[in-house]
Amino acid sequence: MTEENLLEIRDLKVHFEIKSGILKRTAGVVKAVDGVDLDIRRGEILGLVGESGCGKTTVGRAILRLVEATSGSVKFKGRDIFKLSSTEMKPLRREMQLVFQDPYSSLDPRSKVGDIVGEGLRVHGVTDRKERYRRVLEALEMVGLQEPHMRRFPHEFSGGQRQRIGIARALVVKPSFIVCDEPVSALDVSIQSQVLNLLKDLQQELDLTLLFIAHDMSVVEHLCNRVAVMYLGKIVEVAEREELFGNPQHPYTQALMSAIPIADPKVKRERIILPGDPPSPLRPPPGCRFHTRCPEAIDICSQEIPQQIDLGRQHLCACHLRQPEPDAVQQPA
Amino acid sequence: MTKHQHDFQPSTNSQPLLEIHDLRTYFFTRDGTVKAVDGVSLTVERGQIHGLVGESGCGKSMTAMSILRLVDKPGRIVSGEVLFKGEDLLKKTRHEMTAIRGKQISVIFQEPKSSLNPVLRVGTQLIEVLRIHEGKQRTIKRKDAVEQLRSVGIPDPDRRVENYPHEMSGGMAQRVMIAMGMACAPDLLIADEPTTALDVTIQAQVLDLIRKLRDEHEMGVILITHDMGIVAEMADIVTVMYAGTAVEEAPTVELFETPLHPYTQGLIASIPVMGQVKERLEVIPGNVPNLIDMPPGCRFAPRCKARIEHGLTRCEVEEPHMIEAKPNHFVRCWLYEGES
Repeated sequence: MTEENLLEIRDLKVHFEIKSGILKRTAGVVKAVDGVDLDIRRGEILGLVGESGCGKTTVGRAILRLVEATSGSVKFKGRDIFKLSSTEMKPLRREMQLVFQDPYSSLDPRSKVGDIVGEGLRVHGVTDRKERYRRVLEALEMVGLQEPHMRRFPHEFSGGQRQRIGIARALVVKPSFIVCDEPVSALDVSIQSQVLNLLKDLQQELDLTLLFIAHDMSVVEHLCNRVAVMYLGKIVEVAEREELFGNPQHPYTQALMSAIPIADPKVKRERIILPGDPPSPLRPPPGCRFHTRCPEAIDICSQEIPQQIDLGRQHLCACHLRQPEPDAVQQPA
Repeated sequence: MTKHQHDFQPSTNSQPLLEIHDLRTYFFTRDGTVKAVDGVSLTVERGQIHGLVGESGCGKSMTAMSILRLVDKPGRIVSGEVLFKGEDLLKKTRHEMTAIRGKQISVIFQEPKSSLNPVLRVGTQLIEVLRIHEGKQRTIKRKDAVEQLRSVGIPDPDRRVENYPHEMSGGMAQRVMIAMGMACAPDLLIADEPTTALDVTIQAQVLDLIRKLRDEHEMGVILITHDMGIVAEMADIVTVMYAGTAVEEAPTVELFETPLHPYTQGLIASIPVMGQVKERLEVIPGNVPNLIDMPPGCRFAPRCKARIEHGLTRCEVEEPHMIEAKPNHFVRCWLYEGES
């Protein structure tokens, strides 16, 4: 484990069994995450993008052990968290927090904001009420809310403010790592930018490491330092932001980018329209999982699973058709 | 002409396909009157895509429902005109409206799966639409439904026609909705957030299809969306709505190049655009006002930075009017009304 990586994910698999019938026989296995390797560096915002059902949320939850992984390992600060008991896990849970997508259903409607934000402190042993009050207030102020808001209920807040409460709840226990699962996709556009700016500021001020899960490539480009693209349970491409957006290599990433409507009518692009729908994770196609929709697929794609290779400039890509640049080996990584 | 301006042939009489004048739809609730649509005017020509953009609750969907006269109690269209091919739809009888809906004006909604009947095969539902509107009870058969599915690019339509909606993906179901909407070759298609529930690669397919059908059928389209990207790529002309009113209308390129209304300016500056990374995004302070306690005067005034910069005082007192600030560029803002 290198010092710069806060998290190292190796061959992570999360499979869900589907039971059916009165005997609850296993009718099939949904391979939501099927062999993910990913490093998350200290102090970075790593974007994890992909379409619905690609497994990005499951990756986020498996890292936090909110779903049990089927196999693989996740090392947080060098410790394999899948090997820890729940008592050993508890102090790590304080360090790893989660911000949810839906600011409406993720806040208890019957609790006051002060209690919602302060709950984590109670769980993690801050027994002194005054201390809790001080820390809750501090967290609320960090996200742009004030003292009187502590005594209000979630329904009195707008979507953007609720998302701020959700962020304050994550921050109050002073974590070093936060998984943000689509934190702005339920918000109106004029509110989205407020929350994005807030996340960016907080990350810099508090030196946080963020895993930012999203489907919107424009938002990811704005916020993240590095981006990983997922398709049907696997990571297909990882690179620094400028590299990924300037020089996307995987055919899926290329198609995804060309499909995004750009809010500038003067930009002209060659649009790649992918045929069909993503296959079901219940029956993923053999070989490269993207080959059924890939405009460049050749014979080998349907037979062999491509391995992630470094194309140079720390640009990882899993595609049979992409080879490392010849001079990439000499370049310092 | 830019790539977005579609070269449509004006119909023999120069009358626009749809003309809405000062439409107002209010909801009379116990808590007060909700002015969901409060002064919207827009025009749609044949072969034109008119983008209607705004945030949730701004009244864009209710505008569409008002055109179709599908406003339920306690809502009521209180004033305005909706001229479709020169005839006011608000003066039509219920019977006449039924004949227009689905046949001359079609609508597709955001959630394709909840708009389809889950217990009927999609073929049955398609045939039903054709039979009701074409009136040819016996002659319409399964093969017509297959043909309709083929025309919206559904692969293997012969097999798909037997599917139930739950056997289809979201993108496929939306194609079925479009096939139903297109079944009677309508003159006007209202697409209400047609791709919001879909993934980006599927969204691209559906948008492509709408564009293709518009070209083939010389159809007018009202495209309702909250996504400025979709508007920029699809629309010929855009109306921006805020809290029930239309605040700006302009041809698409003009709107993105020189937005006039402070809300439009804020909206365009606040969205991240791929390939144009900014250190910070612009922010529109505050929240969308409650439609019941609408501020007097301009609805955007409490959030408007330009009002303070220019020291305007009448914004909070008097409502501005929609004026033509530049040729074909309309805006509802005191900043421009003062000049003329």
